[in-house]
Amino acid sequence: MPEPTTLSYLVVAALLFVIGTVGVMVRRNPLVMFMCIELMLNAVNLSFVALARELTDINGQSIVFFVLVVAAAEVVVGLGIIVAIMRNRSSLSADDMAELRG
Amino acid sequence: MLVGALGVVTRRNPVHAALSLVLTLFGVAVHFVALEAYFLAAVQIIVYAGAIVVLFLFVIMLLGVDKAEDLQTEPLVAQRWLAGVAGLGLLGLLVIAVSRGSELLTTRAEGLDTSVAGATGDANIQQLARSVFGDYVVAFELTSVLLVVAVVGTVMLARRRVPGEA
Repeated sequence: MPEPTTLSYLVVAALLFVIGTVGVMVRRNPLVMFMCIELMLNAVNLSFVALARELTDINGQSIVFFVLVVAAAEVVVGLGIIVAIMRNRSSLSADDMAELRG
Repeated sequence: MLVGALGVVTRRNPVHAALSLVLTLFGVAVHFVALEAYFLAAVQIIVYAGAIVVLFLFVIMLLGVDKAEDLQTEPLVAQRWLAGVAGLGLLGLLVIAVSRGSELLTTRAEGLDTSVAGATGDANIQQLARSVFGDYVVAFELTSVLLVVAVVGTVMLARRRVPGEA
């Protein structure tokens, strides 16, 4: 089996990113929308690592490290917000969150 | 890996979606190993599969929203269709960009040093440590501040309001 090229990794990352984007647009459950955002972050990470190897540059990998940390913080805050919203209402759907509507 | 990603989008039950996410994240970690990024593969499994997905599952169980979502009715008219069109358009754009850039890649790679190529796992970790703690040490400290702020903010958000307290 031939070694996969950087191009194939980039194509896989593009597919993963598109799946995540469509998921954010289609799904109504905020939890699942967060999971789709994680998919998009992972797609970007994959392309970073592939390019870091292609260009033989370690900086791509350190950026992925920081992306991981920021993703963890983002998930923590997002889930906290979801828990706080769920305290006031029973259903969990992005359609129902219209409290800021003017 | 892509099957898992599709599963995240199409599973009706959020728990199943989270398990599909685990599958996808493991797939990405395997790709990291194939790309000689051993440290990131380990961190990927520990942080994502170990911590983030467990957090997702914990919130799902805590809130009791593990009932199936109704995927049959469309909440907005033609939303699915538009999302599919937008996704296909984005995919086309990305593929065009990747194929355009691939010509650029082979020419640029010659100009950089080949320090990563042929390195063992230890060398990868050493290089990453030099990069993170050397070049990006300020950013590294800022991420620790970010994590503290996120944790404190989440505790404030998720805490029950005690009566009589501001």
